[in-house]
Amino acid sequence: MAASEQAAGGGGTVEYIQHHLTNLCVGDCDPVTHKAAGFWALHLDTLFFSLLLGGLILGVSAWLARRLTDGVPGPFQNFVEAILEFVQQQVKDSFPGHNPLIAPLALTIFLWVWLMNFMDLIPVDLLPALAAALGIPYLKVVPTTDLNATLAMSLTVFALIVYYNIKVKGAVGYLKMFLFHPFGKYLVPVNVVMTLIEELAKPLSLALRLFGNLFAGELVFLLIALIGGTLAVGALAFLVLPLQALLDLGWLIFHLLVITLQAFIFMVLTIVYLGMAHAGPDDH
Amino acid sequence: MNITATLLAQIAAFVALIWFVNKVLWGPVSQLLEDRRKRIADGLAAAEKGQHELRHAEERAKEVLREAKDRAAEIVAQAERRGAEIVEEAKANARQEAERILAAAQAEIDQAAHRAKEELRAQVAQLAVAGAERILKREIDPKAHQDLLQDLVAQL
Repeated sequence: MAASEQAAGGGGTVEYIQHHLTNLCVGDCDPVTHKAAGFWALHLDTLFFSLLLGGLILGVSAWLARRLTDGVPGPFQNFVEAILEFVQQQVKDSFPGHNPLIAPLALTIFLWVWLMNFMDLIPVDLLPALAAALGIPYLKVVPTTDLNATLAMSLTVFALIVYYNIKVKGAVGYLKMFLFHPFGKYLVPVNVVMTLIEELAKPLSLALRLFGNLFAGELVFLLIALIGGTLAVGALAFLVLPLQALLDLGWLIFHLLVITLQAFIFMVLTIVYLGMAHAGPDDH
Repeated sequence: MNITATLLAQIAAFVALIWFVNKVLWGPVSQLLEDRRKRIADGLAAAEKGQHELRHAEERAKEVLREAKDRAAEIVAQAERRGAEIVEEAKANARQEAERILAAAQAEIDQAAHRAKEELRAQVAQLAVAGAERILKREIDPKAHQDLLQDLVAQL
C-alpha cells in the first residue's frame, strides 16, 4: 500500500527505499533529508523497538519466573530451559574459567539480537503504514539495521573486554600484550599497530557484521516489495503478485536462518572475545 | 554513517537489560536447573542405595533361610533319634515287664504245685492210714506209728 503510495508520489523506487531506511529522527536532524546532522540526535524508532523488545524479554521472564517449577516443566518453561542450556553450553565450550557475568550477557545478546532481527520478518510496509496513519512520517522497524544499536552492544562488549584484560592481566600485563604480541620484543612498533588493529577490529566487526547482514536483508525485502508495488499495473498484477509472494516467502525462510545465525555469531564471538580477555598474560 | 546520541541510549538500555535478564531470567532459571540437577542426582543416588540395600537384604534372607533349613533338619534328625530311643526303651520295658509277669506266674505255679504236693502228701498219709486200718481191721494209733507215717510221707 505504502509502496504504491510512494510510487505514485513521484519519487519512485529510490525514494521508496530511502524512505524505509530513514530513522525517525529528533534533535539535531537535517530538515530536508531527515537524517541526523550531528551527534545530538535520537533515533526514536530504534530506541522504541529495542526497548519494546527488551521489555518483552523482561515481561515474559517475570511472567515465567512466577510459574517456574523444578518438577515437570510446562512446554514454555521447557523451551526457555532449552535456550538457557544451549547458551550455557556455548559458554562452557568457549569460555575458560568461571565468570557469572558471561552467561547472562550471552543470553541477553542472543535473545535481544534475535528479537530485534526478527522485526525484519514483519512485512516491510505494515508498521510504517500504521505509523503513517498515526502521523509519524518515518519508521525503521529493525533496530539492528541502525548502526547505533549494534555498535552500542559491541562497544559495551569492548568495554568489558578491556576491563577484564586489565583485571586479569593487570595494567602492565595488558600493556605488555600491546608491546610484545604477536612478534616478540624486537618488533615493538609493529606489535603495537597489529594488536591495536586486532583489538579495535573486535567491536567494529561485531557491530558491522550484524548491521550489514540485517541492512542487506531489509534491502532485499524492500526490493521484493517493489516488484508488486511498481510493476503491478492492470492485468500484469496476476503474474507479478504471485511471484512477489513466492520470492518473499523464499527470502523470509532464508532470512529466518540468517537472523538466528547472526544472533548466534554475536553471542559466540562475545563469549570468545571475553574468554581471550580472561586468558593469562602467558597464554598468548 | 550517522552515529548519534542513540548510541549512548542504546548502551544504557543494553546494560540495564543485561542486569535485568540476569536478575529475572538467568538467575532463577539457572538456579532451578541446578536444583533439578541436584534433585535428580540425589534421586539416582537414593535408587542406587536402595538397590544395594535390596541386594543385601536378599542375601541376608537367603542366609537366614539356609540357617532355618539347617536347623529344621537338625531338629528333625534329633526327633527321629529320640523317637527311635523311645521305641527302644518301650521295647525294653515291655520285655522286662513280660519277663517279670512270666516269673511271677512261674512262681505262682511253683507255689501251687508245691501246695498241691503238700496236700497230696497229707492225703496220701491219711489214705495210707485208712488203707492200713482196713487191712489190719483195727485201729492204728497214729501216734504210735508216727514215725512210720512220717517216713512214708517223706518217701512220696
